[in-house]
Amino acid sequence: MSEQQEKKTAKPKKPKVPRQKMPEQDALERARNFYEVALGYDNDLALLEASRCLHCKKPYCMSGCPVEVDIPDFVEMVKKGDFISAAWKVKEKNSLPRIAGRVCPQESQCEAKCVLGAKGKGEPCAIGRLERFVADWASVHAADELPEVAKSTGLKVGVVGSGPAGLTLAGALIKKGVGVTVFEALHELGGVLVYGIPEFRLPKAIVRAEVNELRKLGVEFKTNWVIGRIETVDDLLEKRKLDSVFIGSGAGAPLFLKIPGENLNGVYSANEYLTRSNLMKAYLFPQADTPVAKGRKVVVFGGGNVAMDSARTALRLGAETVTIVYRRTMQELPARAEEVHHAEEEGVEFKLLTAPLEIIGNEAGWAVGIKCQKMELGEPDASGRRRPVPIPGDYFDIECDTAIVAIGNAANPLVPTTTKNLETNKWGNIVADLESGKTSKKRVWAGGDIVTGAATVILAMGAGRKAALSMLNEFNLG
Amino acid sequence: MFEIIEKERIGPGVNRMVISAPEIARAHRPGQFIILRCHEDGERIPLTVADKDPERGTITLVWQEVGVTTYYMGTMCVGERLVDVCGPLGKPTHVEKFGTVVGVGGGIGVAPLYPITKAMHDAGNHVMSIIGARTEGLLIMTEDTRKVCDELIISTDDGSFGVHGFVTQVLQGLIDKGTKIDLVVAIGPVPMMKAVVKVTRAAQLPTVVSLNPIMVDGTGMCGACRVEVNGKTKFGCVDGPEFDGFQVDFDLLTKRLAMYKGPELIALNKFRETPRGCQCEFPGGA
Repeated sequence: MSEQQEKKTAKPKKPKVPRQKMPEQDALERARNFYEVALGYDNDLALLEASRCLHCKKPYCMSGCPVEVDIPDFVEMVKKGDFISAAWKVKEKNSLPRIAGRVCPQESQCEAKCVLGAKGKGEPCAIGRLERFVADWASVHAADELPEVAKSTGLKVGVVGSGPAGLTLAGALIKKGVGVTVFEALHELGGVLVYGIPEFRLPKAIVRAEVNELRKLGVEFKTNWVIGRIETVDDLLEKRKLDSVFIGSGAGAPLFLKIPGENLNGVYSANEYLTRSNLMKAYLFPQADTPVAKGRKVVVFGGGNVAMDSARTALRLGAETVTIVYRRTMQELPARAEEVHHAEEEGVEFKLLTAPLEIIGNEAGWAVGIKCQKMELGEPDASGRRRPVPIPGDYFDIECDTAIVAIGNAANPLVPTTTKNLETNKWGNIVADLESGKTSKKRVWAGGDIVTGAATVILAMGAGRKAALSMLNEFNLG
Repeated sequence: MFEIIEKERIGPGVNRMVISAPEIARAHRPGQFIILRCHEDGERIPLTVADKDPERGTITLVWQEVGVTTYYMGTMCVGERLVDVCGPLGKPTHVEKFGTVVGVGGGIGVAPLYPITKAMHDAGNHVMSIIGARTEGLLIMTEDTRKVCDELIISTDDGSFGVHGFVTQVLQGLIDKGTKIDLVVAIGPVPMMKAVVKVTRAAQLPTVVSLNPIMVDGTGMCGACRVEVNGKTKFGCVDGPEFDGFQVDFDLLTKRLAMYKGPELIALNKFRETPRGCQCEFPGGA
């Protein structure tokens, strides 16, 4: 990137400049490597895109942001070429902007509310891409600048889990002078950001950099620390005498289809498949010690972002064919449009209106195929989506050697079941007030997937932020 | 943290290591395990804790060299550190006064059986231990075990030490003699545990087995360690590692344990081509 920032801020009366595309790696090339797919704006593209913003008096975009970033203000700073100030503006509300800029579903949040895109007349301002740009810019050009940290209050908070909710909360509290210790079960920090989301969507170096910034601010991290086993939440409150605890342990207990053959070799939960590839670096095997099945014919069950991540990872690990099996149609796919588009571009095939009935195995216990049932869409169900119903007698097989189950996660019971007087719902999720994150247990807050069930990174960040504000309020620091 | 305090070879390809891990030593209960990584590119492997000393802040690991990680550990020396040790993990053994408890340990399984034997003994049970190996040189922790049980019977498949035969034959002998047995705890290679269950099922003796499926995170997040118990899928790491032996599908466990045979060999061969620095000499080392 050029050091010289353009000072020209010619502001067209009407946004005639089209929405600027983000440069990305060629689809066929990137489908075989683990480098980041999207390459990010350069200065010129950022200035051009920012020039489209109308700086609305009533910024609807902000109401679409779970952490309420001051979008018009930061985009205005981009327009003026003041990228560093723009980054600081974003960081006031979002302590992990390099991550959010990459994995937020902006098209259904801030950008969905943008006036430019209203009523389908035009395309919204690419807020997410600008966020990513300024945050990346600051990480290069103001790497050593840290936000101000208030004098220590002597208060201490424990955070269970170092995923997006916990990191966000840690960032918000430490800046207000509250001591924070984060307890992480795995050996790396970042939770789903390091074990789940693949390198090609979110480089791990970025997560490490964001974590390091928190460390510099004074946040303490303990890895290999499984709350519920080595210590309980009650221990944190009573033995460690922490003032409060935030539980952000994530969803993290994989669901399976409950069909025959699911325990055959070659059948993975998406969690395992992605953890092996991302966290354990199986894509570098045997340079890294952890292997993962390098399937030739890979089938992925599910239609969410995790299914797309699994399918695209399988391609990069060298699969000849990767097929997503989904019960409904393209319209109902819950994954982000961009992820589906990327997967299609890279060569992932979609077998729609298809439900798996059985995974077929061979003598040695390996998966060799999937017995499937053809479906059609029937009446809408409780979720409002048309319910897929089987077409009688319409069965077929798909050949495979690796099958990945990406149909979601249940609440991991480890923390809820080892904490006294903590209310959970019938699915095992912790019951917490969605506005404050307060649980039924005194001095304990919770947020993210362990409360809501599997959702998005930014919603977890939002929950972390709200819980932090609620705690600060309780500490009279709000 | 996780500095190696002691290290010795206790049999061909079998090592014992005492590592500094104060918090784990304090929290650990019999039957629980840890997951470790040797180095930054290392895999996560589960190992049962063979002993602990909360006052000294140490845990003891005993392992057999079979794959790249266990061989690598074999080359590590006193003073070196494991990069990660996570634990305790898994559910602790259910310990109470049952009456007479028979512990059956085969091969390397003798090590994880040791703390359970000790706990059962401390709980006031009459504990009989049956320890076996293929041959005398492969017997481990016999004297340690002797100290924490009431009766010890040792067997070897080739008759080079103790009773000539399998541990199951010794167990069958006890049953045939009419020994009153209230609980059997069996830990060892899968074929051994399967054989023990065959014997105890016929005699209707409640039997607990400790399973060793492949794991990654060890907290119930990934499901690599799926085992079938009573026809239901369970996660070895959080639902186990101990299960009712009568209900375990051992054949499935055997197949799943072989899932990475090919890659494991590739990794091991690569490791052997690039020798590590340590030149320790172990008494009786292989």
